[in-house]
Amino acid sequence: MYAISMFHTALALLLAPLLLGIINQTKAFFAGRDGIPLLQLYYDLWKLLHKGAVYSRTTSWIFRASPVVGLAAVLVGLTLVPWGGQAALLSFEGDLILLVYLLGTMRFFTVLGALDTGSSFEGMGASREVQFSALAEPALLLALAVIVQVSGSISLSTMYAALTPALWLESGPAMIIVAAAILLIYLTENARIPVDDPNTHLELTMIHEVMVLDYSGPDLAFILYAAALKLWILGSLLVGLLLPVHGQGWFNTILFFVGMLFLAVVTGVIEASMARLRLQRVPQLLVCAGALAVLAIVLMQR
Amino acid sequence: MIGLLLAIGLLIISGIGAMIASARPRIATMIGVGGTMLGGLLGIIPAIQVLSGHAIAPIRLPWSVPYGGFYVHLDGLSAFFLIPMLGVPALAALYGSRYLSVSDGRRRLGTHWFYFNLLTACMALVLIARNGVLFLMAWEVMSLASFFLVTFDDEKEHVRQAGWTYLVAMHLGTAFLFVLFILLGKQSNSLDFDHLGSAVGMIPANAGLLFVLAIVGFGTKAGFLPMHVWLPEAHPAAPSHVSAVMSGVMIKTGIYGLLRTLTLLGPPAAWWGWLLIGIGLCSGVLGVLFALAQHDLKRLLAYHSVENIGIIALGLGVGVLGMSLPSTPLMVLGFAGGLLHVVNHALFKSLLFLGAGSVMHATGTGEIDHLGGLMKRMPWTAVTFLIGAIAISGLPPFNGFVSEFLIYVGGFEGVSASHISPMIAGLIVLGGLALIGGLAAACFTKAFGIIFLGEPRSAHPAQAHESPWAMRLPMLALASGCVLISLFAPLVFTWMEPVLVITTGLRPDQLNETLVGKVELLNYVVILGVVFMAVALILLLLRHRLLSRRQVTHTVTWDCGYARPSPRMQYTASSFVQPLTDLFAALIRTRHSLDTPSGLFPRHASLTTNTPDIWREHFYQTAFKAIVWFLARFRWLQHGHVQLYVLYIAITLLVLLVFKVG
Repeated sequence: MYAISMFHTALALLLAPLLLGIINQTKAFFAGRDGIPLLQLYYDLWKLLHKGAVYSRTTSWIFRASPVVGLAAVLVGLTLVPWGGQAALLSFEGDLILLVYLLGTMRFFTVLGALDTGSSFEGMGASREVQFSALAEPALLLALAVIVQVSGSISLSTMYAALTPALWLESGPAMIIVAAAILLIYLTENARIPVDDPNTHLELTMIHEVMVLDYSGPDLAFILYAAALKLWILGSLLVGLLLPVHGQGWFNTILFFVGMLFLAVVTGVIEASMARLRLQRVPQLLVCAGALAVLAIVLMQR
Repeated sequence: MIGLLLAIGLLIISGIGAMIASARPRIATMIGVGGTMLGGLLGIIPAIQVLSGHAIAPIRLPWSVPYGGFYVHLDGLSAFFLIPMLGVPALAALYGSRYLSVSDGRRRLGTHWFYFNLLTACMALVLIARNGVLFLMAWEVMSLASFFLVTFDDEKEHVRQAGWTYLVAMHLGTAFLFVLFILLGKQSNSLDFDHLGSAVGMIPANAGLLFVLAIVGFGTKAGFLPMHVWLPEAHPAAPSHVSAVMSGVMIKTGIYGLLRTLTLLGPPAAWWGWLLIGIGLCSGVLGVLFALAQHDLKRLLAYHSVENIGIIALGLGVGVLGMSLPSTPLMVLGFAGGLLHVVNHALFKSLLFLGAGSVMHATGTGEIDHLGGLMKRMPWTAVTFLIGAIAISGLPPFNGFVSEFLIYVGGFEGVSASHISPMIAGLIVLGGLALIGGLAAACFTKAFGIIFLGEPRSAHPAQAHESPWAMRLPMLALASGCVLISLFAPLVFTWMEPVLVITTGLRPDQLNETLVGKVELLNYVVILGVVFMAVALILLLLRHRLLSRRQVTHTVTWDCGYARPSPRMQYTASSFVQPLTDLFAALIRTRHSLDTPSGLFPRHASLTTNTPDIWREHFYQTAFKAIVWFLARFRWLQHGHVQLYVLYIAITLLVLLVFKVG
């Protein structure tokens, strides 16, 4: 059992960058282009890890520490997330709080790294990031609180193990609402459309991309890999909710992986079919996610 | 007990000694600071004894004051508060010995150290007093001593104003406490705390009234919204080491008083918990929102005290709600989280105030938008401030996370309960804490990022220098305290057992079962915190290895090809938080005064934003104006003839006598 959890963690470490490739392929398909290769992020990481680095003279050690802290935070966070109908590598009561706050620490350092460059563009991105995350964090915790209430446990692995097909039949609407809330948070936290456009090429309009504008070489590789893992973590929380499968076996692993791929395709479809929201509209989206979570809790009451 | 009384005596005597030596500032400082540090150390020893399970016998001496008695006792609750209340002033005093030396000779430092040591002694006395009169006396001297500390720079108008605000607020709060103690002592005819407890076997409505009195009276000291108005005035006005003591530990005497009153009032009603949760939510969210909008570093930190007191109140609210249900996990998690946050906040808030003092000492300004780039000029201050900033934002792996984690788990316990009332309370706590946490992270990335990172925004920080060792050491000690608590969280949690026994009113064996389960959770949190740091270290080594034989170049920040970048183009603190202050504009009412450029050749343009306290402006000022108007009707009574005043007194006494006899 433990071995399977280990295997799932290794799978995440290996396959997380693939999700971004699928998202990009989907977008290219809808745009009628060939698109960048599926494995582009792997090539990029390989190339960046073999490069030197350029640093701004304004920066201090905070700038250099920021990617390292961020990657460490998601790596520890990854061990807490259940996957493929199996318990996570580590689980204890309250691990969901640690997971949410580890992502918070990652963000704290990314923002400091951005401010360390003294660039007004990066300050702008940092400012937007803290605004949106201050609203996304309560929404995520409230959405998880629904699952806590259903399962009576506050450990992610036990919580997700309590989600059964029977539960979906019994309180389907509430579960769909929670899934919608988590989807909104997943899109926001991973800087996807409609919140942030990873393909934008104007510094003024970026959020996440502009914060890491001054990074190069291995530092940038760490950042890109951490972002891929973060996508995997939040994606797993959503897929775990939608695919209530349990027990070990290759079938569950494969099913869950297909679920992750499907989520990547859905993300790509959303990106291809929607315009980005105006920045002033984004808080409304996040408040909406929080409100959906509360609504789901009310619906669960009987 | 004798040891603790000796320590208090030493504090007072060294204070008097410092005042006598006023003519020689250096000697006065030495006596004063030496006394605080020695007295602090001496006093902490019995507190540690009590927490490790050795009970200490109370001392009761006769006193001729009516209803009074010199009755002191050190139980678990007092001992738990006593350690930070003596430890933080000792470190702050060492810091202050250098911080104030710039004003050598200009002012009488002797008096300053007298009041400083008096404040420390009275905080300790408040914690151990077990008689109403003694308690109120220590409480009042504590307020007065801190008033004189706040008004140290009394030649400045705004400092005098802040001092007045503080004095008025404290006395209004104390007035409620007088009523509280009189009502408590009415039935038993004694003000000893033992008897107060027995007297309250009374109607619930009365206990509720007493609870509200305690909330207002002690809440004024603690900084509960809307009684918080003195904090953002007094903390920036006081010298930094005084702000550290006041914000870090003195306001916690309010929390102590509230908890002590709760133990006297008997089983709480559910609405007491709801009231505390409501106050906690308002104080937490509004405190951090106002902090976000501030431009002055110390004012920002003062509002963060309101926020953290809010988090503590959320914890206590969960605990009280747990007592009313009753539910042992809610009790343990709520009280333990709240109490642990008391200690954690004492550490990181005093650390941050000392850091702010260092910045102001080095640059001469606390205006965040004028600073920048201090990381390279003041590396020690920067690192300790960063630890404090991470801790206060409640992020792992530091101590702020541990206490918030406990309150969160309490909130989730509430959510998964079958009753509707703890469920809603749990949701409020979860949503509130998460919002507070996110906003606090925004506020401290602003404070740290704008002050210490980037390039200097004006001439002030450009010539800054690192603080002397006497100022650096206390900051390092407090920062290590933050790290140590996060590493030994389970141990600290088990030490809290005697404290929880007093606050929850449960027997140790009833508590143990729940405690053991929660200690296990903290073990995981600590282990994963260490793993997190270890992984970061490994990645750091990996990065170092990857870059070791490659080309690493240094150049300018990416500037979009612009030819003449200047430090003035950096994002400022105001622009950084502008999206958030705009989003919550309805709650904080920031005032903008914009002078737009106009014409073909615009001369100048300016934008000023200012976020005054809305309660001070709209509530208190209106109320005080009405009171002044009303009292002005009676001005004819006050004409300056002392003879007639004596007549007033005589008449009043006569009337009272008739009232009493007849």
